[in-house]
Amino acid sequence: MTIPRVRFTFWKAIFLFIMAAGVYCTYLRFFRGLGAATHLSDQFPWGLWIGFDVMCGVMLAAGGFTLTAAVEIFNIERFHSIVRPTILTAFLGYLLVCAALMYDLGLPWNIWHPLIMRNPHSVMFEVAYCVMFYTTVLALEFSPIVLEHFKLKRTLQVVRSLMVVFVILGVLLSTLHQSSLGTLYLIMPNKLHPFWWSPLLPVFFFLSAIAVGLAMTIFESSMSSKYFGRELELPILRELGRVLVVVLALYGILKLEDLYHRGVLKLAFVAGYEQRFFVLEMVLSVIAPLGLLLIPKVRESAQGLYLAAVLTLLGFVTNRLNVTITGVENAVGGRYTPKWTEVVITAMFVALGFAIFGLAAKYLPIFPEEKAHIPALREPAFEEFAVPVHAGD
Amino acid sequence: MSKGILYDATMCIGCKQCEQACATENGLPYDDKIAAQEVTSAHKYTTVLVKDDKFMRRLCMNCDDPACASVCPVGAMKKTALGPVTYDKSRCMGCRYCMAACVFSVPKYEWDKAVPGVRKCIMCSKRVIAGKPTACAEICPTGATKFGDRDELLEEAKKRMHDNPGNYLPHIFGETEVGGTSVMLLSSIPFNQFGYRTDLTERALPMYTYQVLSRIPDFVPLFGTMLGGIYWITHRREDVAEAEAEEKRQKGGGR
Repeated sequence: MTIPRVRFTFWKAIFLFIMAAGVYCTYLRFFRGLGAATHLSDQFPWGLWIGFDVMCGVMLAAGGFTLTAAVEIFNIERFHSIVRPTILTAFLGYLLVCAALMYDLGLPWNIWHPLIMRNPHSVMFEVAYCVMFYTTVLALEFSPIVLEHFKLKRTLQVVRSLMVVFVILGVLLSTLHQSSLGTLYLIMPNKLHPFWWSPLLPVFFFLSAIAVGLAMTIFESSMSSKYFGRELELPILRELGRVLVVVLALYGILKLEDLYHRGVLKLAFVAGYEQRFFVLEMVLSVIAPLGLLLIPKVRESAQGLYLAAVLTLLGFVTNRLNVTITGVENAVGGRYTPKWTEVVITAMFVALGFAIFGLAAKYLPIFPEEKAHIPALREPAFEEFAVPVHAGD
Repeated sequence: MSKGILYDATMCIGCKQCEQACATENGLPYDDKIAAQEVTSAHKYTTVLVKDDKFMRRLCMNCDDPACASVCPVGAMKKTALGPVTYDKSRCMGCRYCMAACVFSVPKYEWDKAVPGVRKCIMCSKRVIAGKPTACAEICPTGATKFGDRDELLEEAKKRMHDNPGNYLPHIFGETEVGGTSVMLLSSIPFNQFGYRTDLTERALPMYTYQVLSRIPDFVPLFGTMLGGIYWITHRREDVAEAEAEEKRQKGGGR
């Protein structure tokens, strides 16, 4: 067993700095209260932690159900090799969402209350149950990877034989959960700006989750090929790119129709505070990626797909932040910008996500068909954080 | 019979005794500094707004079908049969959806506490159960804040407007707003001058979510069957391949 050399790299330094700051901010949050650790107020009871950590966290985890549905339910075997990384991302994403919720809830030790105190008329109640069940399902979907690693064949067989059930449950729960994050805002027709409030909010949240799921898969594969020396599965990504075009087009058309029928479309051409954020969102999420992907040369190239995917991700992150923050600013009469402590906690969860993904990719059979593959010359990004347990295997 | 509060701004003299009585009833601090704050907060559940010689009160409207109670995942917020919308901190987990959902931005939070709760006017629920009027109505020297059966108060409001049409705007705020509220307001000048929104829907807000949520129980078996069905259909290929392989083996063996 060899112990990896501990070396000080740029990314490791950044990671350690964020973690140290995160520990301090965690202290502030739990010992001094939300008031000291955030810019949340009676006007803005929800800020960055709900807008990004929860809303975007769940959205960015959508690759898990999109790809499992494609491979397991629609039986598109070509995508098989990229399912595992998406399940890992989804599982990690949901775990981090749960962790972030513990920071945002005022009384986090009461988080189990929905189990025995039920109000089925509350969307938040539905959200709570979806998070709970889907995180469990994701753990089960992820478990074969761990079981394989530890060669627990009997258990693996049992889990495999039940996998269909887990997959169907997972897709069902995801569909409910992704859309219900939009349903949360249905009760605010007089609070959320008409650019974003729509009776179709659940549909928009669901459609955009699929788009983000696809974009996230392209993003992940590109990153994995860059940092884990994996071969880029360009033919698969090209196919995902095409699906992304269709989903984005559907989303864009539905958005147009919805804005038109509610008489809001003309507002998009009148300069204003909300209008600027709305135009930014639409350009990033729909217009730019669609424009890029409709050019065959771009659609076929690794860089083009990567760029379109990143734009899509940024666009829908903007959308979720607009719904949570920009869209209500006018109604509550104020502006919200997160406090540095809020940003640090969010950065901490993002950094943890990257680091744990790196570790899992290194020590677990996430990319099983390439077990014998000799790592490329480029160094894995997160090798430095490795716990030297199985390093000598 | 559901109770309510009728506040008639034309009878108000701005003495702020309602503020003081509210603070005393709820064990909140009250002094000249707090009296000067014309906003509701975690330590001030009601406030009298002053605009020249006109006044207006702010307090929880105690909606007939409140958004806060509908959105609370653990049922910490409740609309009681008597009218008050109450809050039970022992159930609360602090998600603050009630604050985000309230169109009047009534619920406030104890941001500076390590163990925070939601604070708002609960229409003196305990007093109302005991058959007493709310503290603000009891103390009001002019009868501007009046407590009683909501239906009777509504009739009285209409009668006052009918008897003195020049004295009032032809609008009882809270009669139909978001499906009606237990607290109703009368004024001689537009409500939006005091920050009350006059573009509110007349639909009860929880209906917006209910029309989606109520379909979920039907959606689950349908969608589940669809997914299972697609799986069954798309995996036929493997069954066929297996059967063919079996056939081949048998043929090969028979030769």
